[in-house]
Amino acid sequence: MQDHPTPDELLDAVASFLREQVVPSTTGTAAYHARVAANALDIVRRQLALAPAAQQREQAALAALLAADAASDVAQLNHALCGRIASGAMTLETPGLTDALWQITLDKLAVDQPGYDTYARHQAAAVQHKER
Amino acid sequence: MSSDDAAHITAGLQRLAGAIVPGGGEVTGVRRLSGGASQQTWAFELGGVPLVLRRAPSGGTTRGRLSAGLDAEAQLIAAARAGGVPAPAIRHVLRPEDALGTGFVMEHLHGETLGRRIVRDARFAAARRVLARQCGEALARIHALPTQGLPALRVGGPRAELALQLEVHRGHATARPVFELAFQWLRAHDPGDAPRPVPVHGDFRNGNLMVDERGLVGVLDWELAHLGDPMEDLGWICVNAWRFGAGELPVGGFGTRDDLFAGYEAAGGRVDAQRVRHWEVLGTLKWGVVCETMLQAWRTGHERDLEKAVIGRRASESEIDLLTLLAPR
Repeated sequence: MQDHPTPDELLDAVASFLREQVVPSTTGTAAYHARVAANALDIVRRQLALAPAAQQREQAALAALLAADAASDVAQLNHALCGRIASGAMTLETPGLTDALWQITLDKLAVDQPGYDTYARHQAAAVQHKER
Repeated sequence: MSSDDAAHITAGLQRLAGAIVPGGGEVTGVRRLSGGASQQTWAFELGGVPLVLRRAPSGGTTRGRLSAGLDAEAQLIAAARAGGVPAPAIRHVLRPEDALGTGFVMEHLHGETLGRRIVRDARFAAARRVLARQCGEALARIHALPTQGLPALRVGGPRAELALQLEVHRGHATARPVFELAFQWLRAHDPGDAPRPVPVHGDFRNGNLMVDERGLVGVLDWELAHLGDPMEDLGWICVNAWRFGAGELPVGGFGTRDDLFAGYEAAGGRVDAQRVRHWEVLGTLKWGVVCETMLQAWRTGHERDLEKAVIGRRASESEIDLLTLLAPR
């Protein structure tokens, strides 16, 4: 067993160092890239926290959509789905397709860019919907 | 000494001082504004006059296949300015004997180009009210430029652009079902090429517009100009990535389609709203493919900037925007 700090704690420590010490003491491209670096570490932290469950959801949704073995590799399932769409065998009208892609895409945004406006608007609307 | 450092640029510009400004003067304050491996933008003062150098180092990486080239860019900017489009005055086009690579020197317009500030800062509130209309007017004038005064430009259109983006995307070998759906939709809704190809800016968006408190001061970055469908430019500025978080205002995050279209028609253009939407979908997909391309450049070692790696994770923004356009919920 590895000792503390955990990967998440280490990433948090480095991101905080970049934001609180490097950014204020640099200018121009260096400050900009320090901010980008901190954002990159945040992506990794969110991926560590969220990706295991998201990948299971993605695998289940794609396997159902493609009537494939539930244990199929998620990359292979994505590849197969791309082939079906490219050939025209699946379209926007295919039942379940856009629902699955919405769920998968929202899970991706939760890791990549939870502050992105389209994602944030969508989440706010979903919360309102639940409250009603 | 690297040919890209400020001392080299300063010495080169100093040799040219008399050609840039009558009587010449001292070159000071040379600083890099932006740029990657293939193209750079530098700001400097010559005898106190603020100027900008846009250049590609000679012997540097070859320019992108879509780029018109810096000589053509200088010609385009001059022609656009003569045609009533707000654009910087060109002061000097680099010659081989100038030993600074290819490029040109232009006046340094005063204003803001950062999209986020243009969309949010209180000091641009009045500008935001007129900007979409001004963009429409500028675009109508660009599209009306007589082609005989222009450099040779590639010819594009919705079909060629779609084929190109598909080829680039296939080259990345990434599996993106949402992109596949967008490619399929765009193929099925092909509007055909425009009846008559006209000069198109090719990258007319918030981020390439110089704006001050009163509105549009200059249209920048002409390197992707080509001949094609004028509705391409109207669709591209509506792509969500250029709204900088102000998604409710489709034109660059600062204005409405009605204002953009009204300005365009008032300046003599004719809007085809359906084609504009087609180009907005294609543009949203294109932005996603561009994100992939930047990541690819980093992975192959062509570009080593951290930003190029991280931008790969922005392709998913294009995916959610494509779903919003094609399967809203």
